[in-house]
Amino acid sequence: MTPEGSLLAAEGLRKAYGPTPALDGADFSIHPGEVVAVMGPSGSGKSTLLHCLAGIIRPDSGTVRYGPHTLTDLSDTHRSALRRTDFGFVFQFGQLVPELTCLENVALPLRLNATRRKAAEHRARDWLERLEVDDVAAKRPGEISGGQGQRVAVARALAPQPRVVFADEPTGALDSLNGERVLTLLTDAARDTSAAVVLVTHEARVAAYADREIVVRDGRVKDMAGRI
Amino acid sequence: MSIGHTLLGLLESGPRHGYDLKRAFDEHFGQDRPLHYGQVYSTMSRLLKNGLVEVDGVEAGAGPERKRYAITDAGVTDVAQWLARPEKPEPYLQSTLYTKVVLALMTGRDAAELLDGQRTEHLRLMRGLTERKRSGDLADQLICDHALFHLEADLRWLELTAARLDKLAAAVRG
Ligand SMILES: Nc1ncnc2c1ncn2[C@@H]1O[C@H](COP(=O)(O)OP(=O)(O)OP(=O)(O)O)[C@@H](O)[C@H]1O
Ligand SMILES: [Mg+2]
Repeated sequence: MTPEGSLLAAEGLRKAYGPTPALDGADFSIHPGEVVAVMGPSGSGKSTLLHCLAGIIRPDSGTVRYGPHTLTDLSDTHRSALRRTDFGFVFQFGQLVPELTCLENVALPLRLNATRRKAAEHRARDWLERLEVDDVAAKRPGEISGGQGQRVAVARALAPQPRVVFADEPTGALDSLNGERVLTLLTDAARDTSAAVVLVTHEARVAAYADREIVVRDGRVKDMAGRI
Repeated sequence: MSIGHTLLGLLESGPRHGYDLKRAFDEHFGQDRPLHYGQVYSTMSRLLKNGLVEVDGVEAGAGPERKRYAITDAGVTDVAQWLARPEKPEPYLQSTLYTKVVLALMTGRDAAELLDGQRTEHLRLMRGLTERKRSGDLADQLICDHALFHLEADLRWLELTAARLDKLAAAVRG
């Protein structure tokens, strides 16, 4: 049983690292074009939930369904392929390849999906412009600021027009115009392309950009809208 | 803050005399504003009239502080409804929210549930402000930001309270 019209849905996810459960029967669902904030105390299982939903780690039990696929039943190869074509990621740390320029970084996922170099770099430049960091296109990640790096990472996640964007604390601290801008662009882009966004954050001002919020506590999900 | 609901909540754990109610209120919630006897009696007579409490006995001697009050079923329902109803988010809610959390713990209700409900209410308002900010001019944005920062501060305090509920429960029941 998955909720009507959902794009990605999980049921009864359990995952333990050793004796401590990180997820203890977590349910989740998201619709196309929807932005859902995942909140909850530190260590409650938010990142683990996100990694299970994205097929990065396999839960001990429970299912994740994405469109017609049951992610939890797919082989590792098939799952990685799906991740590459359909999912985009924005994480807080270590997401850009240090040896590549920012432009090449943004073009990389397109290239991996067999887009030709010229077309990929053209699209990458568009996205760098949208995020107002086209001036760092030729620089490497080590030569730009943290905030610029975040925007490049968002450009890289959005350029392939993913169906689902997974963002784990994508703005670090929001006490800057930069963070606001990143969130506006991330959520606008998602709505424009009907992508779903799973937005992990502990900040209420970040969560306020989402359509609704869920709260993870002790590895379980509480849907505040009374919906799963 | 609603003194009526607070006194009702205090009666849930058992009947009390007027002076005992005042003492319990001052001890838990009266930090900088102890209740006057007058407030206790006017509140209790209103609660009596509305059928939320009843007089359970009168001690020898004169004066309304000798009356012993007990909560009625309607009173219990009234407290439950008050606790379950999130407050309209606005600045300086702390004393009301604090009272609600403490009373929920004292009466064995789910305080985490109460905090979750309040967070939802705050976020609903914050979402509206964020939307207005997106479409507004600079003045709009600055005004919305001011409200957003204040609401966020409230919420942080709520989260911190939620994280300390176990300790608070021990202190309140202890
Ligand atoms: N690779 C791992 N090995 C062992 N334990 C882990 C691992 N990853 C997470 N955990 C544990 O699982 C629980 C959930 O962790 P998770 O990273 O999902 O929390 P979180 O909600 O994202 O926290 P934060 O807000 O601090 O990022 C924690 O108790 C954590 O210590
Ligand atoms: Mg995390």
